[in-house]
Amino acid sequence: MTQKNRIQSGGRVDRARALSFKFNGKSYQGLQGDTVASALLANGVNVVARSFKYSRPRGIISAGAEEPNAVLQMGATEATQVPNVRATQQELFDGLVCNSTNGWPNVDFDVMGIAAKVGGSMLTPGFYYKTFMYPQSMWSTYEKFIRKAAGLGRSPRENDPDSYDHIHQHADVVVVGAGPAGLSAALSAARSGARVIIADEQSEFGGSLLHSRENINGEPAADWVQKAIAELATFPDVMMLPRSTVNGYHDHNFLTIHQRCADHLSDKAPQGQIRQRLHRVRAKWVVLATGAHERPLVFANNDVPGCMLASAVSTYINRYGVVPGKNLVLMTTNDHAYQTALDWADAGRKVVAIVDTRPNPEGDLVEDAKRRGLHIITGSAVIEAHGGKRVNAVSVASINENGESVTGKISRLQCDTLASSGGWSPVVHLSCHTASRPAWNDEAVGFVPGATIQNQLTAGGINASYGLGDCLKEGTAAGNEAAMNAGYDVSATAPELKVEAISEGAPMALFHVPHSRPTSRAPKQFVDFQNDVTAAGIELATREGFESIEHVKRYTAMGFGTDQGKLGNINGMAIAAKSMNKTIPETGTTVYRPNYTPVSFGAIAGRHCKELFDPKRFSAMHKWHSENGALFEDVGQWKRPWYYPKPGESMQDTLDRECKSTRESVGILDASTLGKIDIQGKDAREFLGRVYTNPWAKLAVGKCRYGLMCGEDGMVFDDGVTSCLAENHFLMTTTTGGAAHVLEWLEIYHQTEWPELEVFFNTVTDHWSTMTISGPNSRKLLSEICDDIDLDKDTFRFMDLREGTVADVPARVYRISFTGELSYEINVQANYGLYVWEKLFEHGAKYNLTPYGTETMHVLRAEKGFIIAGQDTDGSLHPYDLGMGWCVSVKKPFSFIGKRGMAREDCVKPNRKQLVGLKTKDPLTVIPEGSQAVLDPTQPIPMTMLGHVTSSYYSANLGHSIAMGLVRGGLDRMGEAVFYPQPDGSVIEAEICSPVFLDPEGERQNV
Amino acid sequence: MFHIYCPHCEDHREEEEFHASGEAHIPRPLDPQSCSDEEWGEYLYFRKNPRGLHHELWVHAVGCRKFFNITRDTVTYEIKEVYKVGEKPSVTSSEKNQ
Amino acid sequence: MSDSTASNVESIAQMDQLPHKTGSLQPRAESPLYHADLATLSAHSADAGGVEIKEVKLLGHLVLRGSIEDAEFLSGVKEVLGLDLPGPLQSSLQGEFIAYWVSPNEWLVLVPGQQAFQLERDMRSAMSGNFAIVNVSGGQTVICLSGANAVDVLKKSTPYDVHNKNFPVGKVVTSVFAKTQALIFRSGPESWELIVRRSFSDYVWLWLQDACIEYGLVIKD
Repeated sequence: MTQKNRIQSGGRVDRARALSFKFNGKSYQGLQGDTVASALLANGVNVVARSFKYSRPRGIISAGAEEPNAVLQMGATEATQVPNVRATQQELFDGLVCNSTNGWPNVDFDVMGIAAKVGGSMLTPGFYYKTFMYPQSMWSTYEKFIRKAAGLGRSPRENDPDSYDHIHQHADVVVVGAGPAGLSAALSAARSGARVIIADEQSEFGGSLLHSRENINGEPAADWVQKAIAELATFPDVMMLPRSTVNGYHDHNFLTIHQRCADHLSDKAPQGQIRQRLHRVRAKWVVLATGAHERPLVFANNDVPGCMLASAVSTYINRYGVVPGKNLVLMTTNDHAYQTALDWADAGRKVVAIVDTRPNPEGDLVEDAKRRGLHIITGSAVIEAHGGKRVNAVSVASINENGESVTGKISRLQCDTLASSGGWSPVVHLSCHTASRPAWNDEAVGFVPGATIQNQLTAGGINASYGLGDCLKEGTAAGNEAAMNAGYDVSATAPELKVEAISEGAPMALFHVPHSRPTSRAPKQFVDFQNDVTAAGIELATREGFESIEHVKRYTAMGFGTDQGKLGNINGMAIAAKSMNKTIPETGTTVYRPNYTPVSFGAIAGRHCKELFDPKRFSAMHKWHSENGALFEDVGQWKRPWYYPKPGESMQDTLDRECKSTRESVGILDASTLGKIDIQGKDAREFLGRVYTNPWAKLAVGKCRYGLMCGEDGMVFDDGVTSCLAENHFLMTTTTGGAAHVLEWLEIYHQTEWPELEVFFNTVTDHWSTMTISGPNSRKLLSEICDDIDLDKDTFRFMDLREGTVADVPARVYRISFTGELSYEINVQANYGLYVWEKLFEHGAKYNLTPYGTETMHVLRAEKGFIIAGQDTDGSLHPYDLGMGWCVSVKKPFSFIGKRGMAREDCVKPNRKQLVGLKTKDPLTVIPEGSQAVLDPTQPIPMTMLGHVTSSYYSANLGHSIAMGLVRGGLDRMGEAVFYPQPDGSVIEAEICSPVFLDPEGERQNV
Repeated sequence: MFHIYCPHCEDHREEEEFHASGEAHIPRPLDPQSCSDEEWGEYLYFRKNPRGLHHELWVHAVGCRKFFNITRDTVTYEIKEVYKVGEKPSVTSSEKNQ
Repeated sequence: MSDSTASNVESIAQMDQLPHKTGSLQPRAESPLYHADLATLSAHSADAGGVEIKEVKLLGHLVLRGSIEDAEFLSGVKEVLGLDLPGPLQSSLQGEFIAYWVSPNEWLVLVPGQQAFQLERDMRSAMSGNFAIVNVSGGQTVICLSGANAVDVLKKSTPYDVHNKNFPVGKVVTSVFAKTQALIFRSGPESWELIVRRSFSDYVWLWLQDACIEYGLVIKD
């Protein structure tokens, strides 16, 4: 066996199932049940990363989500690359490939490492701000170098082959964490009949019990875990989610859970399986049983590989059968960490010494260690570690009672592993997500959850309750309370769980171990490993005047890494507090935001990607459009035909052909996407008069009218034709993109301002298929398949509507026109849309019936000077600015929406931007849309701009370009020249003219 | 993500079904033409934006399409009450509203 | 013909929108999922799976608007459809007709397609006052979702709680469905109906196929 640190028995790994994996290009063996971290430690791998700023070698420090160093890039292929994978959480599978993310070109030879040796003392907090700020133009150059050197992982360059998913959940009680407190909470809630979700980030439920040596009810704790899981599985309304991190706790008890369904199986999820799932959970009550993270102590060179958390060492021994070294020195401020020395000795390796910072430790575990003959040095601390890529010795010295200074002489102990414990930090992160600030608990030496307005309970380690008996008790109570609050009967009592009590001495509140030299002169003492923040850096920040802990955080970057400072933050705050002569509660703490650990983009996107990224809306005739070569344009979510090129045609060729055929014979447009709102009620007409600018009182049944809609500010936001179907019944059309907004606009006025008006609004956009035939032959074409409407020009007049059948399908036919040609808009129930469309083409061949899309529609309407709301308007133009004062009725008795607004002083002042036509001096030049108008193109930059071009096309029918645009005072400048300077230095000259370029008398539509 | 009780559906729904429509209780002046430019500007643009209790107009857009009011604490995001258009809030700030 | 006559007026507002030719001349109707060709897909579809999908095509969809305080409105509905309009989030079934509550003054009634026009006319003549009836039959469709995993597919698609305790048979809600919306009706312990807008139906269909992969999808015509 090449796994030199693997012990022969014990742990939850399967020694019969060896797995191969690659780390930094080298092959290793691990076991089923390993994490990448435990497998690397089993193989004696010391260096897993280079640090962010100083490029120092770093090793595995923890055994869980708090890991700052062993953050890897994973993936056997380009497409399966995943950054930010914590080796301590990623389960090993056969064929796993991973690499260090920091270190360029590699972790063992590092360019930045050399740079850091030269410039190390220079890299103080604020270094990046101070050094790279100037000149600003160089930032992009610096940034590339810094980012490459820092190496924070990378995303794949190929499409991810896996599927990700979202699922919505609802629960009475969500329990976060499946350690002793979480499991007992879930059990008691489940027994009441409540709907329970229990989630835990680890591969197995059990938390600390998976490596504990304690008994519950006289049985090994792990056996109790199995029984608890088996009981939970009997409840139909209990969902158990292992490998599932509750990453976010949001308002009103909404949680996001990131479940890794197949990350532990293979590089790519097995066929048909989802790789990761994001659960979006609404909980009535939440029980946080998130436990605690052990706090490392801050001392000189505390980042040398081989320095680890005491509890992590125990976890590797007891859960994974891995002893990560040969000779251990343990430094502790508390009793609990003694267990690590006992575990180490039990594994048959040498405990060099237990260095206890307390002068007189006492407690069951201390006594155990004494009985076992372990060497205990009291009232002392490891003040410095020695070694390069691995610890080879530590310096130990006695310290004073409050831990502020070294009091004795320094001795050196040889060892390869230094485990440290500064006590525990409750995992309060989730409780902070909802803006609850943690509260300092002096006795427990840590922050616990503060007051919250959420329906939240806590149990176990998060409350700084670390004894197993307390965890179980608090869990049971919290589960009961949560279920009761959610309305369940919890009177049935559960059997009490018996646990042997362990007596513990008081811990010492020590964060920063003193050194014989001042902090700024001593070797680096790391607080935040991921961002290379040192104790000296924090002290410097406070000296430079950063007194708020939030400012210290931002200045030093403490806690800004992907680990969110899970290990370092409390130490950092303690150091900041001490250097400002304040207490920790006075200094306060920073808080945490979602997500607790990094979430892949795949899980965030779920199924909302590729074809399903955004809904695509189709008309009933879509199939015909795509079969007939249409290219599509997005209008809102609609896919509208843009133009229909024939083989060999350029876009302009197509537009020229479509425009000419329409004006010369007949063209057809799918207008189904226009918003359509059915308006019924005795006050429908009154309502129209209030929301449109023009009069509606006298519109006769069977007639249509164009209307402009303005906001209260007087600015145009939508337009369309509304027809009168019956005295109390109208059909309003809106722009395609504005449909939903207009409907909500009508509703808000009806519901909040004028509820007394009897009127109902319903969308019928999707119900009708609308096809517009336009051109001099449109009547002939229509007459071939419509024999029950009198199409005579004097009977069925412009702006009339009729009911009849078209191609045997009942239809409403509107004689309205957006092209200025004789036009009929045929509306049929959408189930018959494609049928009627095809029938029109069967009869249309002899008229060269030409389908046209939105682009030709734009050209044809621009030839007539018709606006498109949203293209020629931008929310700053009232009807008069558009030259559409004819569409405003100031005589209407009711002060319609927009009337007061457009009378504001600013709206009636001279020289407003106004919409005009533009004729280029060179008839073939098309002014780019968006070009800015100036009066004198030779004036110095920045020039005085008068407005911009809103619509601009080449008109094949006219043989020259046409444009509309805004020009200050434009309506009074007819015939004047304006100039449009272009980015290439050229200038396009145009003459201001009427926007109606074709048929100003409107004769073509009146035939 | 808010969990909002719709007084029309008589049911709690997820925030994604709703749209916020700004401050509640801003009636359209009955005679806009008699408003000065300043008064009209006040009506159109000026809002309280308080820290603390706020009365807001929401619409159950993906649902019953009805508007209603919410009294919400803008600091804690607690929803103190919902009430229909035309009704008065029962939870109000102790400070005087201007 | 001069200006619109009274009879013309009425026929524009309330119009029989279905063709009445018969035999081979009958115009072809295409339901919103017609293009997906569920008939062919169903022939090649697996026999068993966790979810079954079927489109219920070409029904008559009538939107009723009115007040529950308006006795004439309620009795008009009762007289013509034989049912009492249901209260919030409830449905009411009567023979071939079913009414879903949509909002305090809105219901959706599904009826056999060919009857929609006559029923609209009958209701209009049975009521007066402040009400509205809108035929939206062309604008939406019904997708039936059934099977043991139908509930899981719903959980992937809507934030609304579809658990038995919150969503018993007969309940109906309008909610978010993927990135669009749907009226969701529980028609049985393991069967659901989605009513979606025509223009979004292709999106919903693509979504459902994708969401069903892990359970096995059976397509029915």
